[in-house]
Amino acid sequence: MVKVLEERKGQIYRKGSEPYAMECGKTSLAGSVSQRACVFCGSRVVLYPIADAIHLVHGPVGCAAYTWDIRGALSSGPELHRLSFSTDLREIEVIHGGEKKLYQSLVELIDRYQPRAAFVYSTCIIGIIGDDVGAVCKRVSAEKGIPVLPVHSEGFKGTKKDGYRAACEALLQLIGTGPAEGIQPHSINILGDFNLAGEVWMIREYYEKMGIQVVATITGDGRVDQIRRAHGAALNLVQCSGSMNHLAKMLKEKYGTPYLQVSYFGIEDMAEALYQVARFFNDTAMMRRTEELVRDEIAAVYPQLLEYRKALTGKKAAIYVGGAFKAFSLVKALRILGMQTAVVGSQTGSSEDYQQLRDLCDEGTVIVDDSNPLELAGFLKEKGVDLFIGGVKERPIAYKMGIGFCDHNHERKIALAGFVGMLNFAREVHGTVCSPIWKLVPRYSCCGGGVADVG
Amino acid sequence: MSVNHQPRPAVSVTTNACKLCTPLGACLAFRGIEGTVPLLHGSQGCSTYIRRYIISHFKEPIDVASSNFSESSAIFGGGVNLATALQNVTAQYHPELIAVASTCLSETIGDDVPLFIRQYRREHPERPPEIIHVSTPSYRGTHMDGFHAAVRAAVDELAEAGAPERRINLFPGLVSPADLRHLKEIMADFGVDYTLLPDYSETLDGEIWQEYQKIAPGGTPLAAIRRTGRAMASFEFSGTIAAEHSTGNLLKERFGISYLQTAMPIGVRACDQFFTKLAEVSGNPIPDCYRKERGRLVDSYVDGHKYIFGKRAVLYGEEDLVVSLAGFLAEIGVIPVLCASGGESGRLAEAVQAAAPEVADRITVRDGADFMDIAELAEKLQPDLIVGNSKGYPLARKLQIPLIRVGFPIHDRLGGQRLLHLGYRGTQALFDRIVNAVIERQQDASPVGYSYM
Repeated sequence: MVKVLEERKGQIYRKGSEPYAMECGKTSLAGSVSQRACVFCGSRVVLYPIADAIHLVHGPVGCAAYTWDIRGALSSGPELHRLSFSTDLREIEVIHGGEKKLYQSLVELIDRYQPRAAFVYSTCIIGIIGDDVGAVCKRVSAEKGIPVLPVHSEGFKGTKKDGYRAACEALLQLIGTGPAEGIQPHSINILGDFNLAGEVWMIREYYEKMGIQVVATITGDGRVDQIRRAHGAALNLVQCSGSMNHLAKMLKEKYGTPYLQVSYFGIEDMAEALYQVARFFNDTAMMRRTEELVRDEIAAVYPQLLEYRKALTGKKAAIYVGGAFKAFSLVKALRILGMQTAVVGSQTGSSEDYQQLRDLCDEGTVIVDDSNPLELAGFLKEKGVDLFIGGVKERPIAYKMGIGFCDHNHERKIALAGFVGMLNFAREVHGTVCSPIWKLVPRYSCCGGGVADVG
Repeated sequence: MSVNHQPRPAVSVTTNACKLCTPLGACLAFRGIEGTVPLLHGSQGCSTYIRRYIISHFKEPIDVASSNFSESSAIFGGGVNLATALQNVTAQYHPELIAVASTCLSETIGDDVPLFIRQYRREHPERPPEIIHVSTPSYRGTHMDGFHAAVRAAVDELAEAGAPERRINLFPGLVSPADLRHLKEIMADFGVDYTLLPDYSETLDGEIWQEYQKIAPGGTPLAAIRRTGRAMASFEFSGTIAAEHSTGNLLKERFGISYLQTAMPIGVRACDQFFTKLAEVSGNPIPDCYRKERGRLVDSYVDGHKYIFGKRAVLYGEEDLVVSLAGFLAEIGVIPVLCASGGESGRLAEAVQAAAPEVADRITVRDGADFMDIAELAEKLQPDLIVGNSKGYPLARKLQIPLIRVGFPIHDRLGGQRLLHLGYRGTQALFDRIVNAVIERQQDASPVGYSYM
């Protein structure tokens, strides 16, 4: 059994062994080597894909350097988001304050790039030295005539979730400032898809085929002017609930716009995401178009999925991702491939999320909140999994132990959403689990050659 | 004939930094000490971002603990969090050493980390791990300053006096695991005991495991760091480090150990200097295999010189690496028309001048640079190739010229951690890559596509 720090025991649950109880939503334990990032990270990943805005990180250079172009968020036009701007504070500014440098940096950037808006991210140290970022933003906004929005993302002020919240607050400042004319009754905003590898383009096309107008994509392939008129849409769809539920709620409160939670991962959830919208608009013709679309799309990928399923049936997987919502879809998608999820966890899940995971998973599944490398390594071994799905920090844990790994985070460059995305996912899982190289790793010999055969 | 040192124009904003923060450098160096867990005293995000970044290059697990500041620790101080973190790291990892590096946050609120550590030791008299500390406010210096400071802090804390030993200290700076392995091989071939610090040759480029290792095996043993105080000489590969930051200098002042501060041994000239000095210090002749490697290298210089003579290179990265590569490029007839670094030691121009005297008047040196500066200068300078880490890829793509990947980070190719560029052998690998990149470019651009050279 995996050895776990006493204070963390309540954050691990094994289905079947005990009544459901799960501690979560806590700050990470000091010295536990959490896989989580910080408030700044949460804000940065959410707002980053807005491609015609300046994203200026106010603080010492690290925070900006580590987030330079790491996401796979694509733009169909401007690419300002791919540059990494920092006020690169030095000791002198830490002593005397960084407001002057922030002001000058903003002016230089706006003059140089003529962006449609600017976001200013406060890092840890700004919260300590007390720069009045709001006042600087206001001044530059008045002088330059574009929205300049502070993002209150000081790293120590909570968890990544608080960063999502700060990003949503900044977005709320933008929404409602543009004209809502010319928006049809059957219209939506897509919230919480970040257009990794062009995913939002596929999703947008599905909805357009159904006869729906997409007003704004927030924030994948996002544009400031689109976002400014997002209040005119009839419905908000929330894909990444962890990051965007807050915005959807605020929009409901402020503009009365209803919202639905959807997922674009796996054919089941993808189809349901389209049906949900057709049901919402209660339009028979739209429902018929949706059925046709789903049928055609599934018919195009299903035969190949069955081929992969043959090779993958009976294999076991572990999942450790940022948001729990993504984990639901992954469990289902793996099931379609004949695979069982033996370990599943997230950095930021809520008690309800974990309960839902519990209902979804098989007996014996380990469910874990805010885990760390030693625990994860222990669970992988204990369950003898063939595949681990996670992010960059999880990858070497799997590889060191000779276990296949698939990236499913905001840095990936392969589209995994949509019907085609399911096929990409299946192809990657297959290429990972069934590679002959696993026969050469020590784990293979020690478990009697029980790992993957080439399928 | 002197380099054209162009200070950065007066702009406030940094666009696409050509440097990383000090705690990252400290974490890298600490990963090269046996049985060590680095611990960052600050917010969770610092350790996570740094882990993520280092993984992208080395593709190995890198556990960096955090003291997980919350709002209340930012107000009342992080002493309690640090104690909790030390305890939990000890309980989970059973390390020999916990190496604490501060961050901009803990530095600014004025946490007295040495005091916290003393308190922790008092309260945990049951054999706790060794704990060392380095001050790395991220608004002062770059990751290289953090790296050097961490090495110095380890020696400062652990080095002991004693009867002199026939032993050499080697402080290589930020080089690849393959380079570190080669240095160890050289020391063994010279038949001399040594302390190589840091040594992440195994911890950041290790074998696959059967059982998950809490701390990757390898690294400089603590005992070897203790013995640095008894060595007969120190070698420090750095063209730019100031005396007050130099570990060699620390050992000289405290224990009277002589030291040679020199550019990294890349290129025949720099390698000759290193090998000659090694022979002198160790009292053993240069082993025959290295004479042969040198001979083959010069032979290949002759074979390849035509393809690269007069080619213009843009060169960037850590200051020490830039100085060393400038010397090598000048030696083979390539002009490093731009030598740029995000570092600001104030010594880059002088060091490049000394390393590449024959082409110095054709070199522009820019320190404190970011990639916006480098791109702007490069477009004016019209280079034929770029030499540096992966961060120059967008520029290389734009200019449609080859990028020879050297240094850290290399995160868009496999094997950055296995690139060898030190010694005659490493120089050979680098030379072949450069010449072949130029030939490949010519082939690609040729309407004929000749396949014989």
